[in-house]
Amino acid sequence: MSNATLPPDISDIPDAVVEPKRRRSFQLVWIIPILAAIIGASLAVKSYMERGPVITIAFKSGEGLEVGKSKIKYKDVQIGLVKGIAIAKDRSQVIVSAELNKEAKGLLVADTRFWVVRARISGGNVSGLSTLMGGSFIGVDAGVSKEPQLEFKGLERPPLVTMDLPGRQFVLHAADIGSLDVGSPLYYRRIQVGEVIAYELDQDGKGVTLKGFIRAPYDQHVKSNTLFWHASGIDVTLDANGVKVNTESIASILLGGISFQSPEDSRVSAPAAPNSAFVLFSSREEAMKRPDTVVETYVMVFKESVRGLPVGAPVDLRGVTVGEVSKINVELDPRKKEFAMPVEVLFYPERLRAHYRNKSDHGKLMDSRSLLNAIIENGFRAQLKSGSLLTGQLYIALDFFPNAAPTKMDWSKNPPEFPTIPGSLVQLQAMLMQIAQKIEKLPLDDLAGDARKAIQTLDGALKSADKMLRQIDDSVVPEVRTTLDDLRKTLDELRKTAGSAKQVLAADAPLQHDLRETLRELSRAAQSLRGLADYLERNPEALLRGKKEEKR
Amino acid sequence: MKAKEVTAAELGLCSCHVCGLVSRRMQNDGPAHCSRCASSLHFRKPGSISRCWAFLIAAYILYIPANLMPIMDTGSLISYRKDTIMSGIVHLWKTGSWTIAVIVFIASVTIPLLKLISLTLLLITVQRHSTWRPEQRTRLYRLLELVGRWSMLDIYVVTLLAALVQIQSLAIVKAGPGAIAFGAVVILTMLASNYFDPRLIWDPLQKESPL
Repeated sequence: MSNATLPPDISDIPDAVVEPKRRRSFQLVWIIPILAAIIGASLAVKSYMERGPVITIAFKSGEGLEVGKSKIKYKDVQIGLVKGIAIAKDRSQVIVSAELNKEAKGLLVADTRFWVVRARISGGNVSGLSTLMGGSFIGVDAGVSKEPQLEFKGLERPPLVTMDLPGRQFVLHAADIGSLDVGSPLYYRRIQVGEVIAYELDQDGKGVTLKGFIRAPYDQHVKSNTLFWHASGIDVTLDANGVKVNTESIASILLGGISFQSPEDSRVSAPAAPNSAFVLFSSREEAMKRPDTVVETYVMVFKESVRGLPVGAPVDLRGVTVGEVSKINVELDPRKKEFAMPVEVLFYPERLRAHYRNKSDHGKLMDSRSLLNAIIENGFRAQLKSGSLLTGQLYIALDFFPNAAPTKMDWSKNPPEFPTIPGSLVQLQAMLMQIAQKIEKLPLDDLAGDARKAIQTLDGALKSADKMLRQIDDSVVPEVRTTLDDLRKTLDELRKTAGSAKQVLAADAPLQHDLRETLRELSRAAQSLRGLADYLERNPEALLRGKKEEKR
Repeated sequence: MKAKEVTAAELGLCSCHVCGLVSRRMQNDGPAHCSRCASSLHFRKPGSISRCWAFLIAAYILYIPANLMPIMDTGSLISYRKDTIMSGIVHLWKTGSWTIAVIVFIASVTIPLLKLISLTLLLITVQRHSTWRPEQRTRLYRLLELVGRWSMLDIYVVTLLAALVQIQSLAIVKAGPGAIAFGAVVILTMLASNYFDPRLIWDPLQKESPL
């Protein structure tokens, strides 16, 4: 409007509405970079804080591990990642470096264990099948130590027992490992209650030390006097008692195992402390027979062969085992110029003690020396005996032999010498030998010649006898026949005679009748003679005067 | 140099950004508003340079975590991995997807970086009232506006995957903290270029010419 040079339409432009002045000292937009800085800083701080410790683990091989892929898992939860795999400078190991989460820091203590989880099939145990799909990972078992550590030595196989599994470890000492292996089961009354978790040869190489883990609550059954024994495989023992087959379960037949039990009459009730050491016996029998605390060693010198007498053979007292053979030697007696077999035996005198002893009487056994001296005087001896004719196994029998030559216990030797007596078999053998010798001495050849002669003579005699018999047959027999015919005739006649005699003698025969009459007459005559005699006796005068007239 | 060109600002005229009405106002009148739609009026975007700087600095700051932090967590049955942008590109390259690797590299690494650098260049030249190659600078600005949204490609991929691949225990894709930072960088650069007033490129020429 005011300016004429402007085009007319410009003047129509409306004026802007003027607002009162407003001062803004600070522009809000700067909040955004500050915010960004805060966010960025917090992210940086967070990532720095989250950055976990880097550890190195030494493994024998890096099988299945991949950089940036293999995870480190604790209880199947990822706590880290393998960041690098390198060969150790001496090329004996693989050094795996891994970055762990920050939360895993507490796991990194001195006794934490790492191992590579791979698919494994061992001893009826299949594990780590998931790694076939997802690849191997490193497993972790958290330690309990307080000492932090960043360099670890990896295990070659997964530990069977993790630190947090309730239960206890025990140490077992054995002569040999048998068929046991890491992972072999431990049985308590045939329930599987634990595993063998480690074994190693003793420093001196004279035994094996095993570590067994028994899970709670079964671990309370391990007392200080509990007995452990091999339950491995099929235990076939052939000894003086015959053949014995002992097995635990099918799994233990294949894999081996250990059984344990406390003695039945045990009064110990407190469970054994963790890591207590026990002896691992080779069999249940061996374990069970040894609650003997008193062991005395004697040596028994045998003159005969000890073939068939193994170490461990029983020392038997009338059927009760009271000891066992611990060592068999051979020695040459320079003076007598003969061999002797000193057999060392372990003797358990407690077994001789009455089991149901009086309470007042418990305690002292009679002094074993004087006791032994006394019974040896009575003929107590050791003798080798054959346990079984089939196997030829020997054992040592103790018994009284009243006829034994008197001897005394030799206490001066160490171990003391126990008197022996030759075994019954040996005696029998000696007797047989004597008999054989005697038989040998017999003049068998002469005897045979004599016998032959005698037989020839006998033959001649027999022949003549035969001849004689034949003569008899020829000459005597026909005569005998005629004689017999005569005899038969005579007999016939005799029979006839007898028949006529019978006729004569028959009751109604006239001769008989006559005879009876005659006899009757005779008896009457005798009567009158008796009357006469009576009369004469009373009246002897009648002989002179005659018969008197009866007075009337 | 062309003959003298008169700008609207020199004539005391300015247009409303909302309704387009041209108003007359004095140079130093203070704040004013449109007589038609009552939205505020200004000759140039107010505080353009400082706002642009603010967003740009924020973008610079967040560009660091965007590249260092994992952008995507991929978990599957077999493996579990965290990828930053660069490791993802390296992985793609190694597995043979070279074209995709190149595309992702250009879209996600070079473009945001070029955006940041060119915005910085523009801002510095404007602040120093430089008269150096205004046409090229204007063209650069236009290119920035055009190409800016494409650097969101990464974010699209991650969000799509995270939404689609949720087969629990078999495969899982999660956006990492880097993705958020990266998204923030892209948005901040877009805002920065939006607040930049390209007319400022030409203003020094205007002032120079009368001399």
